[in-house]
Amino acid sequence: MTTRIVELRRGILKKNDELAAGLRERYTAAGVLVLNLVSSPGTGKTAFLELTLKEFKSRGARVAALVGDLETDNDARRLAASGAPVRQINTHGICHLDAEMIGKHLKEWEGVKLDQLDYLFIENVGNLVCPSSYDLGEAIRVVLLSVTEGEDKPLKYPTMFNSADAAVITKMDLAIPCGFDRWAALKNINEIRPGIRIFETSVKTGAGLEEWLGYLEALRAGRGA
Amino acid sequence: MHELSIVSSVVETVIESLAVYPGARVKEVRLRVGVLTSVVRESLEFCYGIATEGTPLEGSILVVNELPVVMHCVPCGADVTLEGVQSFRCPKCGEPCSDLRQGRELEIEAIEIEEVDEVNK
Repeated sequence: MTTRIVELRRGILKKNDELAAGLRERYTAAGVLVLNLVSSPGTGKTAFLELTLKEFKSRGARVAALVGDLETDNDARRLAASGAPVRQINTHGICHLDAEMIGKHLKEWEGVKLDQLDYLFIENVGNLVCPSSYDLGEAIRVVLLSVTEGEDKPLKYPTMFNSADAAVITKMDLAIPCGFDRWAALKNINEIRPGIRIFETSVKTGAGLEEWLGYLEALRAGRGA
Repeated sequence: MHELSIVSSVVETVIESLAVYPGARVKEVRLRVGVLTSVVRESLEFCYGIATEGTPLEGSILVVNELPVVMHCVPCGADVTLEGVQSFRCPKCGEPCSDLRQGRELEIEAIEIEEVDEVNK
């Protein structure tokens, strides 16, 4: 018997990373801005996306959404009310979406072509841990947290907050009844991801929506924001 | 809890790399895991035993080399190692840092194998 050390230097998620890189090229070539929305369960991703889709549609933007969920299609049905094409991805127990699932669903999605879209929203499975490791080829990763979750969420889930490109605080209409410490939340987000763009929103009052949509429009136009 | 899928991917990659060493058995697998990957060492080790059963990796040791976060601090003009993941500020000057240089690694560094000698084949 001979013992030998073999250097591998291989990325463990290389397969996902390669698929994601392929998707990113396709998105760029099609001119569609793709967003990956991540949060805990119950933050209000679906409600926030519902309003975003509705507003964008009313402005004539071409939008669509892929929605990840363990078992149900409840969210997809809610989002479809906006009139935008919506497709459910059931992961059946898997705690995150991966690039292979996205590729498969894009292929099977009848009537939806990437080059006929302006924005594609991917609503990830509600989980602040595992989705952080899986690149979906998105241009922007958006982390959401609600005022009911506690201001220290970014400190508890630094991996996710550090990998995000933008942060959305939801349910701002409940900030006062919940005793939400806005400055602590903003400080904690900035501590984990210095300089990140933060939107303070409410789907009840429409707060922050204009700023959010303007940010996406500017990104899509390639000007940055 | 995506450690099982991570470990399964490790096993798959290692088996692929054994193609050029027929009959070899794996003694040790060394991983490099950044602290910003949310991968828990204990979960990896727990899953490893299950995922390697009945493979050339069965009975091998999993070595997890944890890598701290390294950021580039612009005012200091240097790469600095953070003590934890609760504050992305330069430990020397206190300025916020957003240029990550290390901490998201998730890779197989090397494997130690036992080859079958020519005479025994």
